[in-house]
Order: sequence, then structure tokens, then C-alpha cells
Amino acid sequence: MKSEKKAVVVIGAGPAGLAAAVALKKLGVEDLVVLEREDAPGGILRQCIHDGFGLTRFGESLSGPEYAGRFVDEAAKLGVDFRTGASVIGLDAGRRVTVATREGLVTYEAEAVILAMGCRERTRGALAIPGSRPSGVYTAGVAQAYMNLHNRMVGRRAVILGSGDIGMIMARRLTLEGAAVEGVYEILPHASGLPRNVAQCLDDFGIPLRLSHTVVDLRGSSRLESVTVARVDENLIPIPGTGREIPCDTLILSVGLIPENELSLQAGVALHPRTRGPLVDEFFRTSVEGIFAAGNVLQVHDLVDFVSLEAENLARAVARHLAGSLPAGGGIEVRAGEGVGYVLPARVGGKEDFTLSLRARRPDRDVALRISHGERIIKTIKFRRVLPAEMLRVQVRAADLAPSAAGSESRRPEPLEVSLTC
Amino acid sequence: MLREFTCLVCPRGCVLEADPEKSGDGRVKGAACPKGLLYATQELDDPRRTFSTSVRVLAGESPLVPVRLTKPIPRAAIGEALALIHAITLTAPVQAGQVLLSDILGLGSEAIAVRSVEAGERTAESL
Repeated sequence: MKSEKKAVVVIGAGPAGLAAAVALKKLGVEDLVVLEREDAPGGILRQCIHDGFGLTRFGESLSGPEYAGRFVDEAAKLGVDFRTGASVIGLDAGRRVTVATREGLVTYEAEAVILAMGCRERTRGALAIPGSRPSGVYTAGVAQAYMNLHNRMVGRRAVILGSGDIGMIMARRLTLEGAAVEGVYEILPHASGLPRNVAQCLDDFGIPLRLSHTVVDLRGSSRLESVTVARVDENLIPIPGTGREIPCDTLILSVGLIPENELSLQAGVALHPRTRGPLVDEFFRTSVEGIFAAGNVLQVHDLVDFVSLEAENLARAVARHLAGSLPAGGGIEVRAGEGVGYVLPARVGGKEDFTLSLRARRPDRDVALRISHGERIIKTIKFRRVLPAEMLRVQVRAADLAPSAAGSESRRPEPLEVSLTC
Repeated sequence: MLREFTCLVCPRGCVLEADPEKSGDGRVKGAACPKGLLYATQELDDPRRTFSTSVRVLAGESPLVPVRLTKPIPRAAIGEALALIHAITLTAPVQAGQVLLSDILGLGSEAIAVRSVEAGERTAESL
């Protein structure tokens, strides 16, 4: 088997991998390769033909292919080495990367590996919806790929289960292409996607959003003929007698995204129990030496602009790692307190400024985000409203940490805790 | 009646409260910047949107090309604009960014291709 040494191997040429590769080249890291299993770089952006990408980064509203195109063009100018049609099938703790390519198996031995595999969709199997197994049941991203990459209409009369962003975007897409969308049914008492998508994808087209509802049955032999929806109680259990059958030929599932970490697990990378992405520090270091992670493989983002930003921050850390100038791993644990679903990084050294990413556990109004270090509150930010759909990003200055943190090499440093309370 | 909506100008997503009955100052609350005020006023009086769809391509590696509007148009004009765009048939090659329809309905927005379609046989992916 061919084996090649590389300073950096990037796994995945989606928004995170692209931004990391471009940034590394600009930082003078020449010896890098980006591995992509699809035939072209761009990742999920390739099938996102709606606009709204790049508002923060470029100050204009681009479609997914255009947003990806900006990075692909820049990467081409910088001479980034992309290997497409190259599927990574093995990764170990010694940073040996095994890749299936059209020319056969290839192995890289990397000084640093960047995990940028993104996420995948939760499926019907993961939800255990009873009923028959007809065709016409798709996850939202698969329906989006059929329509936007493969030019295939998925159905004529659709019901959407789950109010994730891709599901709502597909509700609009299907409506514009002449299909009837009967409604979006969300098991939780609040929408799981962004308010902007509720407004511009559902409300604008008169598509009802039914909260506290779920699909309890499917009917149909070869093709889906109907689904039954029912109201759920506060424990998310369907309430008997509330079922209603809706004729339809298509059911679209938009019920969550899961970071894709099979390779990370192979290498022994420890995962976060809530994000299900790697546990990282403020330099995007995972639990395995020399393996870094950013983008949706780390945490599912709301906006791609922040994926690019995160990957660029990772690139700076990787460049320092290669130069041997990254500080040793930090011992300050970062905890999610009341009202916080999760917070990343999971631990910090606290010697340099860093950014915390977090999500609210539930929708709330007039809340204060507090970061405490030991007994001291080091930062308070007020929000008029928080939503689990939106990722919050907070800068923390190392100088604001309690003085004991920096000098306490001997005893265990006190944890940082982030809370969202009234 | 007070209307509450999320400002779509930037990802900050301010919660705006607006009173459609009122006019002038105090009509909109909650905007962190003047753009938000403008947005809310626009949203009340004349909501505007963009959209994306697909257009037929002859002799291309893909039978369709995705298309988007470059500027938002009045929400009420979406149906008419969509019909105009759906009536287009292109012949490959199509360049990303190529203007397929300019000044749609006199509203100052263009329909552009969001990716390129080369001339040639259909690829496995495009089928």
C-alpha cells in the first residue's frame, strides 16, 4: 500500500474543511491535502440553492454553491491539493489515515489531522415511527439532494415531520415547484429551526406549523398513501383520540442532525455527551494528540458563516501546533449550568482569550447569560430572547479569569460555568 | 394589535415589536440598529422576499440549473416572478452568476444561475 507523509490531512471539503485549508495555506502550511468522498468540494452547500449564506462574512446573501465557490476559487488560487472521490475509511490515534480512492487504497501519515466531516441526518429508524415501509419517506437533506443535485421531484403532496431548518426550506421549495405541503408537525412545543425560516418558508406560503404534534402511523404499500398525526402531551406521548389521517405521497423528516464521528471514534477521540462531537479545548484539540475538529462534526451550527470562522480559528491553532508553539492542554473545565444545553470548548487553559459557543436549553425571554469562575461572575450579557435554534457565541478574555486559574499548577483549577437565567 | 417578528437583516435576529396602527417614531421597538427599524417598517408595509427555483437546460450535463433572485421583491409578486422564470429554457453552457432574466417585473431584481452547467452528456449525479 502507498504511504505518504503529510503535515496536515483535512478530512472533508465542506465549509469547515475548505476554510481550514485556505487559512492554513495563508499561514504558510504548504504540505496539506484535503480528502473529499464526493466528486466535488463544497459539502452540503452544494445542494443548498436558497440564499442567506454569507451575510456575516461577505455582507451579501449568497446561495450555498456560490458561498462554497468563493472558498473553492481561493483554494485553487493558493494551490490547495484536493483529492475528490476519496473516502476515508480508517483513522488511528497515530494519525494514519486510510483512504479508498479510484486508484486503490492510499495511506497518509499526518502530523496533524483535521476532522471536518460535518453531520448527518437523524433518520426514521432513529425515531421508530410505526407503520408500513412504503417509498416516499425521505429525510429533508435527501429530498433536497434529489431536487437540487439530481433534478428529481420527490412528490406531489407532502407532510413534514419536524421543524428543522432544512425541512422548512424544503417546504418552501416543494411549494414553489407545485407540490402541496399539508403542514409541518413538530413534537416539541416550539419550532426547532430559525425564526426566519418559520417566517419566510412557512408563514409566507400559509403552511401550518403544528407544535406538540407527531406522526404516529404511516399507510401505503408501494408508495406512501397517508400519515396519521396526533397531538402529544407534555411528556411527548401521543394523546389517544387526537389522531388525524392526512392523505399524502411524501413524508419528509427534519428531526435533527448528528455530528458524523465514526472516524473520530476509530481513533479513540472522546465525544461530548450532548453535542456528540469531539470534546475539544479552546485550540480545537480533541482528546487525541494532533487530531483537531471544527464545524458541524464538532457541533451543529446554525449559520455557515460561523463554521468558516471556527475552522479558521482551528487553522491558526494547527499552524501553531506544527510550529510547536501551542500551550499545553488546559485544565479548566467548562460546564453548562442552568438553562444551557451545552457549551464548547469543554475545557480551556485560560492563558489566552477564547470564544465559547453554546445553546439555550429552551426558548426564553429576558434572560442573562452569566459566566462564573469559582465564586466570581466574570461576564454577564442580557438577551431579550434566546432560542435553542440559535448558537450563542461569547468572547472571554483570559485576563477576566480568576487569578487562581493561571497560577494554580498544583491544585485542580476551579471550573468555568455558563448559565442562562432570569 | 402588536405584531412580533424576528429581524432578518443579520444573524443577531432582534425581536421586533411593531404596532401596525401607529405611524412614525415608536411604531417599532426592539431594533438594535437603524437597519432593523427600516426592515420592520418594510415588513409591515411591503414585505419583500427572494426565492430559488430551477430552470430547464438543453444539451447540458444537467437538465436543470438552480436559480436565485439577486434582490428581494414584494412578497405578492413571487407567483408572477416564478411563472416568468419557469418559462425560461436555456441551452448549455450556463455560467454561475449568469443573468437569466433582468429587472423582473420592473422590480430591479435579476434571476441568476447559482452554478454552472457545462454542455455535454448528463452525468450520473445530474440524473
